[in-house]
Amino acid sequence: MTLRIVVPVKFVPDATGDRHFAEDLTTDREAVDGLLSELDEYAVEQALQISEAADDAEVTVLTVGPEDARDALRKALSMGADKAVHVEDDDLHGTDALGTSLVLAAAVEKAGFDLVVCGMASTDGTMGVLPALLAERLGVPQVTLLSEVAVEGGTVTGRRDGDTASEQLEASLPAVVSVTDQSGEARYPSFKGIIAAKKKPVESWDLEDLDLDGEQVGLAGAWTAVDEAAARPARSAGTIVKDEGEGGKQLAEFLAGQKFI
Amino acid sequence: MAEVLVYVDHVDGAVRKPTLELLTLARRLGEPVAVALGAGAEATAATLAEHGATRVLTADASEFADYLVVPKVDALQAACKAVSPAAVLIPSSAEGKEIAARLAVRIGSGLITDAIDLEAGDEGPIATQSAFAAAFTTKSRVTRGTPVITVKPNSAPVEAAAAAGVVEALAVSFSEAATGTKVTARTARESTGRPELTEAAIVVSGGRGVNGAENFPLIEALADSLGAAVGASRAAVDAGWYPHTNQVGQTGKSVSPQLYIAAGISGAIQHRAGMQTSKTIVAINKDPEAPIFDLVDYGVVGDLFQVVPQLTEEITARKG
Repeated sequence: MTLRIVVPVKFVPDATGDRHFAEDLTTDREAVDGLLSELDEYAVEQALQISEAADDAEVTVLTVGPEDARDALRKALSMGADKAVHVEDDDLHGTDALGTSLVLAAAVEKAGFDLVVCGMASTDGTMGVLPALLAERLGVPQVTLLSEVAVEGGTVTGRRDGDTASEQLEASLPAVVSVTDQSGEARYPSFKGIIAAKKKPVESWDLEDLDLDGEQVGLAGAWTAVDEAAARPARSAGTIVKDEGEGGKQLAEFLAGQKFI
Repeated sequence: MAEVLVYVDHVDGAVRKPTLELLTLARRLGEPVAVALGAGAEATAATLAEHGATRVLTADASEFADYLVVPKVDALQAACKAVSPAAVLIPSSAEGKEIAARLAVRIGSGLITDAIDLEAGDEGPIATQSAFAAAFTTKSRVTRGTPVITVKPNSAPVEAAAAAGVVEALAVSFSEAATGTKVTARTARESTGRPELTEAAIVVSGGRGVNGAENFPLIEALADSLGAAVGASRAAVDAGWYPHTNQVGQTGKSVSPQLYIAAGISGAIQHRAGMQTSKTIVAINKDPEAPIFDLVDYGVVGDLFQVVPQLTEEITARKG
């Protein structure tokens, strides 16, 4: 039996760019170039490692987003994923996390899965809730925020490092896992991988393919509304001194003036 | 008056500070009703009552400790059914956000995470959030169902507000999904004796400039002189100099203390995302062009191996 692994990935505006909101207060995707969310690279990496360790496995990368989002799929394919699915529909513009999880869950079901491997959060919205939302919607165990993950037989195990404790987790497949940036460096696509990716299949699905209605998603279908977005006032320029031997004392004087000492 | 559910984050009955901050915010929206689960749940009641909880719903069962997240979702769902709250507030911890996400799906409600402020509005609570590495501030609201909102630590003051805090047993029947993910082992983290990073009033962080695990005691000594928590940049964590649990930044903790001291940290976007909302920012870096200096209230261009020990010594002397 083929182990079917699905990796949902997100195409995000480059965090090093000057990110803004568009007029409708959704993320402006025009001003800054997009790319595969860095935190999803860790998910692709772990999916590939699990696939390589299995007798027979197949890794499908999945994204929901506009046309450009294909770039994210292409990157994941060049890292070594086997195939890709792009869910694209004009009605999706402005979809919030709950709506996105609805679309992703439908797409994961349609693709068929034994294991869903997610990143810990996106680098734009940074909510970190998608894996839990997906597990809830798919009705399968969530094994999340793992810094180590392994699949053996029909069982997934992993280590979750929390604030107060480190936990070993175990669940039966099918399951949804998420991995952190501590799970292991993501590989760079090889030249061969980049060439091979061009020939790998990318399927395109719209909402109708997923039996979803446009009113369930998008800005109008969102469960939340953003009413205002304002640039944070620039911090007023601070005092900067060069250490001439008394820098530590000068800093202490400043902290005392601010009543921190 | 409408009731507002507050999920209690506690360790064996000791309530963690962010929960008390939630009670402050909940009182702006209605009457706080706390939900405390697991071992020591009833022991939370006295503290919660001192901070405004009118009722404390408690449940204890081995499932809360033995299985991941879902048993707590089942309990909160039961609490929602019993109380019909105007909103559900949950601390923005990793687990808190997962609980909130699943609860929102269960009760058919919108979800807002990582709020940094909350106020009552005509159409329900208005949440303030930071976006794009804190370059923007947004105001949002939930438009469907019972608002489920997670709130970051240090978003509100802890306020004493005596209330009844009547303890009531919450009846929870666990769903089939509750036992899906088993916790097969748990190793408690050793306490450092320092404040929790996300809750601390002062944070002292070290970065690439610290140049080795063997030099982090310099950062720790400065932190201890101020009663501060210790943080580290991703570069320092990736190099293995300090534990990931102390990482400040996009993939680590997001902190918002009264005072943030960055030593040997250049201030890449990944780091700024986790500390930019700090009230007062101080940096020590030998590179005058480091982007961290764009954020500071006070900066020292210099060698941290000279400046930090001198600062620690001066603070210790002044505190006498």
